[in-house]
Amino acid sequence: MTPIEKVEGRAIPFGLKNVDTDVIIPAHWLKTTTREGMGKGAFETLRADPDNLFDSAEYRGAPILIAGDNFGCGSSREHAAWALGDLGIRVVIAPSYSDIFSGNAVKNGILPVVLPQAAIDRLMEVAKTDPVHVDLDT
Amino acid sequence: MTRPRTLYEKIWDAHVVERRPDGTSLIFIDRHLVHEVTSPQAFAGLRASGRTVRRPDLTLAVPDHNLPTTARQDAAGHKLPIADPESAAQLAALEKNAPEFGIRYIDAVAAEQGIVHVVGPEQGFSLPGTTIVCGDSHTACHGGIGALAFGIGTSEVEHVLATQTLLLQPSKTMEVRVEGEVGPGVTAKDIILHIISVTGAAGGTGHVVEYTGSAIRALSVEGRLTVSNMAIEGGARAGLIAPDETTFAYLKGRPYAPKGADWDAAVAWWKSLATDPGATYDKVVVIDAADIAPSVTWGTSPEDVVPITGVVPDPASFADPSKQAAAAKSLAYMGLEPGTRMQDVAIENIFIGSCTNSRIEDMRAAAAILKGRKKAANVKWAIVVPGSGLVKRQAEAEGLDRIFTDAGLEWREPGCSACLAMNPDKVPAGERCASTSNRNFVGRQGPGSRTHLVSPAMAAAAAVTGKLTDVRELMA
Repeated sequence: MTPIEKVEGRAIPFGLKNVDTDVIIPAHWLKTTTREGMGKGAFETLRADPDNLFDSAEYRGAPILIAGDNFGCGSSREHAAWALGDLGIRVVIAPSYSDIFSGNAVKNGILPVVLPQAAIDRLMEVAKTDPVHVDLDT
Repeated sequence: MTRPRTLYEKIWDAHVVERRPDGTSLIFIDRHLVHEVTSPQAFAGLRASGRTVRRPDLTLAVPDHNLPTTARQDAAGHKLPIADPESAAQLAALEKNAPEFGIRYIDAVAAEQGIVHVVGPEQGFSLPGTTIVCGDSHTACHGGIGALAFGIGTSEVEHVLATQTLLLQPSKTMEVRVEGEVGPGVTAKDIILHIISVTGAAGGTGHVVEYTGSAIRALSVEGRLTVSNMAIEGGARAGLIAPDETTFAYLKGRPYAPKGADWDAAVAWWKSLATDPGATYDKVVVIDAADIAPSVTWGTSPEDVVPITGVVPDPASFADPSKQAAAAKSLAYMGLEPGTRMQDVAIENIFIGSCTNSRIEDMRAAAAILKGRKKAANVKWAIVVPGSGLVKRQAEAEGLDRIFTDAGLEWREPGCSACLAMNPDKVPAGERCASTSNRNFVGRQGPGSRTHLVSPAMAAAAAVTGKLTDVRELMA
């Protein structure tokens, strides 16, 4: 696991609330006996749309994801954290998280940052054009 | 300790191994339930690090998520192969891992096999005042017998297997008090759906809920398990109901329950767990049971609940702009127009099962509505999946299976089934299912599936009419 002190890069302006772990990684991906290769399944239903954010030239491989309240709600599947990690996500920024998801994220080297909605709204604007810097020291 | 404490605080305090300066505590785990989906990587991790299971005697493994609910043995008693190779591999992994690490394993064709959260209480493996974990968020279910029970991820599964402990942050506490008596046709499922609609899907985040009040006290143990099961859908990691005589009567004599002098000592301790007078909670929500109707969900969150007599809401009617946007997306996915009467929504599929509602009382409730009736012509697929082999056997002894099959429903083998569609039981894209499960998320029962969460009696009523229906109209 790589320690996180600073992460810089594009932030995916996803922003949706109540994104459950079935959306993050659908159940058929849970049939695996390993932790690898789940990036293809991350947000699978949303990525069926060819114009989705995650596969766009601008945001593909971005290390930061901006989301809405209650990110990672629902099922305890740690596969959600594995899928996000495999997609390249190192930091999620949201106003709140499911307790189970935030624990799973931390255990897999993904940092769940909590910011108030007003700050999220500003970041969503910034993320449209500029990279975002996450610095744990400052 | 003389400070008044809640049920949660009492169980927590009794399990602290070490309090750390950063506020976390190392907590001893009394019971660990293991199923095949969230354990393979955990066992692989133990092997890779050369570790063993510290307390196999406190661990119980049972397959449930991947198993087909069609026949598992042929007429000669030979196990039938699992068609899906990934499911087969995952099931084989647990079948191999459990005995290799000295853990009791309930085989797929054993009478005691079932959904892990049905098996635990049924076997007396889950007990009041215990800490119980499993790699499954509906572990909250066991809170219905007064256990501190919650879901964990696979890394934590590995950690519990190796150490029988978890490092945890204490939660805030929330009381949800339901006072009064529910009306006819209103069940435990309707109570918890109503609660979630009031608190919201994130209302309990960061909290452990305790359900109190006369309407909760009046529930049977199976009803309490239904309520606690869906604590997680309201954002709470755990949902407790204080154990009482109803709980003790349910557990007495079950295979893993204490016996003799141990039983008497256990009951004495369990009686001391109830929240002390004067104890306070961080948040309190009070609900009048008379406000609760037979309920249905309309959207893609368990908080999207209306009474069956209600209509599909207009997204503009929600105060929060982001809820307005989310509701509009949900309605588009669900193919529903605002203002449509819920009782006019046609249903093609029926699923009676899941860890929320698959116990014997749920079977009886559905059978009472289906008796002497047939499923509607527009209902294509209607399955009843008992929660365990013991529930199945008891239902058959009571003739309930014949009521289901006479009505045109299919009587299946125990497992998680269509709740999350990891096995072949899936709802086709664009079709609706009246389901007694716990989640109506986008794609939960299959890609493009449209789930309406209901109680078993309400699912049975929908099977009869082919539409979402007010069960009270079909009650004798």
